Amino acid sequence: MNWIHKDLLGVRELSREEILFLLDTADSFRDISRRDIKKVPTLRGKTIITLFYEPSTRTRVSFEIAAKRLSADTINISTSSSSVVKGETLSDMGRNLQSMRPDVIVIRHNMPGAPHLLSKILDCSIINAGDGAHEHPTQALLDLFTMREKKETLDGLKIAIIGDIAHSRVARSNIFALKKFDTEITCCAPPTMLPPGLWELGVTVTDRLDEAVADKDVIMMLRIQKERGGTSYIPSVREYSSLYCLSEEHVAKARKDVIIMHPGPMNRGIEISDRVADGAYSVILDQVENGVAIRMAVLYLLSGGES
Amino acid sequence: MTILIRNGRLVDPRNERDERVDILIKGDSIEKIDKNLSGAGADRVIDAEGLVVAPGLIDVHTHLREPGFEWKETIRTGTMAAARGGFTSVVCMANTDPVNDNKAVTEYIMEKTRTEGVVRVFPCGAVTKGLKGEDLSEMGEMHASGAIAISDDGKSVANAQLFLKAMEYARLFNLAIICHCEEETLSHGFVHEGHASLLSGLDAVPSLAEEIIARRDIALAEYVSSPVHITHISTAGTVRIIREEKTRGVSVTADTCPHYFTLTEEATLTYDTRAKVNPPLRSAADVAAIKEGLKDGTIDIIATDHAPHDAISKDVEFNLASSGISGLETALALSLGLVEEGLLDLKGLLRKMTDNPARLLHLPLGHVALGAPADLIVFSDRAEWTVDKAAFLSKGKNTPFDGREVRGKNLMTIVAGRIVYTDPEFR
Repeated sequence: MNWIHKDLLGVRELSREEILFLLDTADSFRDISRRDIKKVPTLRGKTIITLFYEPSTRTRVSFEIAAKRLSADTINISTSSSSVVKGETLSDMGRNLQSMRPDVIVIRHNMPGAPHLLSKILDCSIINAGDGAHEHPTQALLDLFTMREKKETLDGLKIAIIGDIAHSRVARSNIFALKKFDTEITCCAPPTMLPPGLWELGVTVTDRLDEAVADKDVIMMLRIQKERGGTSYIPSVREYSSLYCLSEEHVAKARKDVIIMHPGPMNRGIEISDRVADGAYSVILDQVENGVAIRMAVLYLLSGGES
Repeated sequence: MTILIRNGRLVDPRNERDERVDILIKGDSIEKIDKNLSGAGADRVIDAEGLVVAPGLIDVHTHLREPGFEWKETIRTGTMAAARGGFTSVVCMANTDPVNDNKAVTEYIMEKTRTEGVVRVFPCGAVTKGLKGEDLSEMGEMHASGAIAISDDGKSVANAQLFLKAMEYARLFNLAIICHCEEETLSHGFVHEGHASLLSGLDAVPSLAEEIIARRDIALAEYVSSPVHITHISTAGTVRIIREEKTRGVSVTADTCPHYFTLTEEATLTYDTRAKVNPPLRSAADVAAIKEGLKDGTIDIIATDHAPHDAISKDVEFNLASSGISGLETALALSLGLVEEGLLDLKGLLRKMTDNPARLLHLPLGHVALGAPADLIVFSDRAEWTVDKAAFLSKGKNTPFDGREVRGKNLMTIVAGRIVYTDPEFR
């Protein structure tokens, strides 16, 4: 299979075959990170810029490690979107960066569509590392990679996604990706955290946590953003956790071989209890490890590599 | 100067006219309407064979941006765009800088129009000072200076008591009351709530934000027995509300814009900021309801909400982009699409762009009659052309219709007996 996309803006635009191709490519890269000498010359001479308008540790480090293990040169730019409002526009920033001839720009932005704006005006590859509540494609890909690794196949899986679905790019990307496979998805949140029209995506919706987790192969918890507490979404984080914190009793209702996922960073005791987060069924740290392999695969394919 | 327009198909909704006839213009008014008028003695004879002659279009909702935002549009360029689009009169909204909330600004607009304007400009004054929703503006003085309507367009007057008093007070001067309906506490978003917000992750504006205020404003107007006009309606619910209220006998009128019956929320899914407009582009079901409302007369008027912006206002993230479409130069062609679809006949369409706006604004315009002001357009309802933003006379090149193939083109615009626009390809 030849990779035809210049950019990775979202998983919604990808086909099932393309997703599987990405996962397979990531598979072939995973061993590199487990070697003593964790570097291959594959992307030597390529320049990769990470442009982060939102704070991030995990995703930025993961991209940087992925790039470095492939011998690419990396440059990290962290800024706040407030500086965009005041000064240089994103378009101008992009055009300036392009003049220095990078091969890939990885962008995280708090506003949906920011990577698409860069994609329209720049020739280099753009990777969306999270744009507002829209998409976080590499997160979904590493989640699917992890599910496939643990469950062997994606088809037939029953998955619960629990938390602030409305404002979650992780939820959107995972739903978009998983619906390309024969999966059953149940979304669970208080009604205020469910986006209007969610039914359109072909998912089941419930506001009851015990119903959501019953008989599931995968439980994916979303991070509750504490700043949403005390707003119109939930009265308080405390009340939210009394209703939606995943405990061992909930996990007992799922399949015996259930896996528990979380995109991180976790709020222990708020959306997920300590015992669940650290339990045997937790694959949260596997997700982080797989993230590097997925990002190596994405960087490799967008930089013109073939598998 | 005398101008004879020969052999054209005169479509004049006010006088229920649709016939082949000649029109003689003398000075600033219409001298004769008859078959086979002689061109002898006319300074200019225009052959309108195969073309439509109609009253000049009247736009009840335009932003001319002057004073204060002259880099986006001026009265000069805005009225040139109007003339190209077939509009002989435009109502300019008050959200300039300074806001048109006092006679000094109204007089400035009128004076600029006198010296630089190409078509007639009728200012719409602000309901409240500075559009702040706190104190009534001096609408009497603005009226004396030329304002014919009031609106806090861009937002609603949140304070119901204040708006009630504004409606009552406006009756003193017979000012049209134009309501932009948007409940601000429900309106922190950028795209239609539902399909568009779900897939794009952009914050949403529910239809409810428009409908709840449309209901309120109509109720306020009914309470004080004032006629009221609801502008740029976009949702099926608002169409239903206005239909119900009209049936009940309430004095309410409404307009919508070409983008609300031509585009759906799909246009926002690519984060195309040219499709960012307030209220947002809605669902296919809403578009169908808007069309039905146009067909059954629930929606009286087609306005442009011409909202010109400079390039930088749109070359940013969707959240940060300014709302609005530069609409004067595409409105006629897009609206003629309704005729092509069979939704309206030509007379019915033109009624919504000439006679009905004139009635709303109490203007002696919008029709073709002996002695009436000679505001006329000559257009082809068949000519095919491609929208090219670079050819816009407006400074605002912000249009989601760039490159679109459309049918129906204004060829000549006459205001008060003066030819103010001629299409380059029209003789």
